[in-house]
Amino acid sequence: MEFLSYLISGLSLGSIYALIALGYTMVYGIAKMLNFAHGDIIMVGGFIVFTLCTTLGLDSIWGILGAIVGCTILGVIVEKVAYKPLRSASPLAVLITAIGVSYLLQNLALLIFGSGTKTFTSVVTIPKISLFDDQLVITGETIVTIIVSVIIMVGLVFFVNKTKPGHAMRAVSEDRGAAQLMGINVNATISLTFAIGSALAAVAGILMCSAYPSLTAYTGAMPGIKAFVAAVFGGIGSIPGAMVGGILLGVFESLSRAYISSQLSDAIVFAVLIIILTIKPTGLMGKKISEKV
Amino acid sequence: MGNTVQNNNAPENALKPRKSISPAFRSKLITCGMVVALFIIVEILDGTGNMSNLFSGLLVPICYYVIAALSLNLVVGILGELSLGHGGFMCVGAYASAFFTIATQDIITDVWIRFPLAFLVGGLTAAIFGILIGIPVLRLKGDYLAIVTLAFGEIIKNVVTALYVGIDGNGVHFSTTSTDALNLAEDGKVIIKGALGITGIPKSSNVIVGFVLVMITLIVCLNIIDSRTGRAIMSIRDNRIAAESIGINVTKHKLFVFAISAFFAGLAGTLYSHNLSGLTANTNNFGYNMSITILVIVVLGGIGSMRGSVIAAIILTALPEMLRGFSEYRMLIYAVVLIVMMIVNNNPTIKAKLSMIAPKVLIAKFRNRKKNNVQKGAEG
Repeated sequence: MEFLSYLISGLSLGSIYALIALGYTMVYGIAKMLNFAHGDIIMVGGFIVFTLCTTLGLDSIWGILGAIVGCTILGVIVEKVAYKPLRSASPLAVLITAIGVSYLLQNLALLIFGSGTKTFTSVVTIPKISLFDDQLVITGETIVTIIVSVIIMVGLVFFVNKTKPGHAMRAVSEDRGAAQLMGINVNATISLTFAIGSALAAVAGILMCSAYPSLTAYTGAMPGIKAFVAAVFGGIGSIPGAMVGGILLGVFESLSRAYISSQLSDAIVFAVLIIILTIKPTGLMGKKISEKV
Repeated sequence: MGNTVQNNNAPENALKPRKSISPAFRSKLITCGMVVALFIIVEILDGTGNMSNLFSGLLVPICYYVIAALSLNLVVGILGELSLGHGGFMCVGAYASAFFTIATQDIITDVWIRFPLAFLVGGLTAAIFGILIGIPVLRLKGDYLAIVTLAFGEIIKNVVTALYVGIDGNGVHFSTTSTDALNLAEDGKVIIKGALGITGIPKSSNVIVGFVLVMITLIVCLNIIDSRTGRAIMSIRDNRIAAESIGINVTKHKLFVFAISAFFAGLAGTLYSHNLSGLTANTNNFGYNMSITILVIVVLGGIGSMRGSVIAAIILTALPEMLRGFSEYRMLIYAVVLIVMMIVNNNPTIKAKLSMIAPKVLIAKFRNRKKNNVQKGAEG
């Protein structure tokens, strides 16, 4: 029973990682860049909900909507201002710019909200469920996180595979030049990807802050890195890979924290990643790229 | 191609009386001369009491950032692999050397023997880790390699914060739970105290030691680049398959770069730990943030350019401190400067517009020099 409860909390944590990793992997697949500022979008989402609901006292539904819209706009603006001028630049230059954006967001948050830790009020109102004579307690946050993540993932798979903009996204990620020749608006598609990725990050941010209710300017940094790890773990650029990678990472983390060592859980997660990548160098579901001479 | 042949013989040629020295050797001389000149200026300012406390406190950090950036540039610029775990090697070096210093404090009392030995211990331990991390690296490339190095850095930081090490008559004791679990004898002392880190490290680092190390690192790096090994490494960077097909041992050269780069990062870590009395590992000093800071230095200074790394390390270390007057805005300004510099440097349209504003002659001169540099490859 203990194992089951750790497994469920791992699944919930993993779903959050998966949502963030989806943003990473989609942006990577289409813009071929590692968006290191992605983790900080989570933090921005958290702060928007905090401002709207706790400071201004609005209903939590407005907070959620505000965060999703706000993060989407932020993601698109960041793409237009910082990444678009660097379309043709080396990947490293874009990476450093993304790091710059990450610093910028963190320090803006520090400036506006101060360095103190804010207590986040959970947006989830579902009561917790007790099973097997209180041996297994599942919090409302866990249930909502898992359900919301599953809905979003199913929706995303449908969107990418069945709709026209989704086809355009896949085409751009396959071959940007050829897609452009086929009349696909590459810039609009990239903006759309950033918008979707940031909206997912906002949702992840709200869910994460509801489950772990402390909010600082650096809240997004570590989950961002872990989600990046999850995306690479699943094979970067692959949407099902990001989902599987995120969930596995969350479960690994939860179980190693429970059974091996709570202090070393991060180290164990990262070590597993290194071992898996050494055995399977393109991640679990990554495409194998053959080298041309 | 003629240029390459000339580079081959640069050091030997320079010793013989000749009409002119080779461009590669001149480039090296300029880089080293620049560092020496800066050191002399700093010493004069310091000696005459013209330096503020703030700035003299920055000198050792500048030295370890220069060393770390130079060593990372070997991996990023010369081997052409992205590493996000350089802070991990610094951490290993810092802890290993601090451990050594404290453990031998009573045995080797002379700081002039103990401190160089500490550097050796820090550097070699880091080099061993460099080889360890180099093994998975052989199978990976690009972003997958970046993530493995990042993961490595985080593992180091994480393990070190959970580690308890003590020493007594029976040898060294390890634990990951608490000080009591070490089971030390009466005479034993705890050296690494988990999240509290190592305390009571003698503050042996100073600007002269830093300068000597910077010079050693610089000369070794420049000479590696301008050697047979260096050219082999660069050929792997430019085209691995072609390099392999002409008989270059890719495995050996990649491991070599990782080991040597980690060694110097270990030296930087040693300098770092002996500049503080208490050493702890957290998110800000080691791990992700440190690795990124060093990478930013390398990229802003110019990938593959050792001289650029030195200049960028000095500017970027001093910049946040110089902006201290704006206190809370300083990191914001730093971030904006970073983004603007990257965009201005890498966007063709903006570059073209800038060249219209700036005096034409200067730009033409700069372009020619740049063209020459590209032909010469990365050399200093």
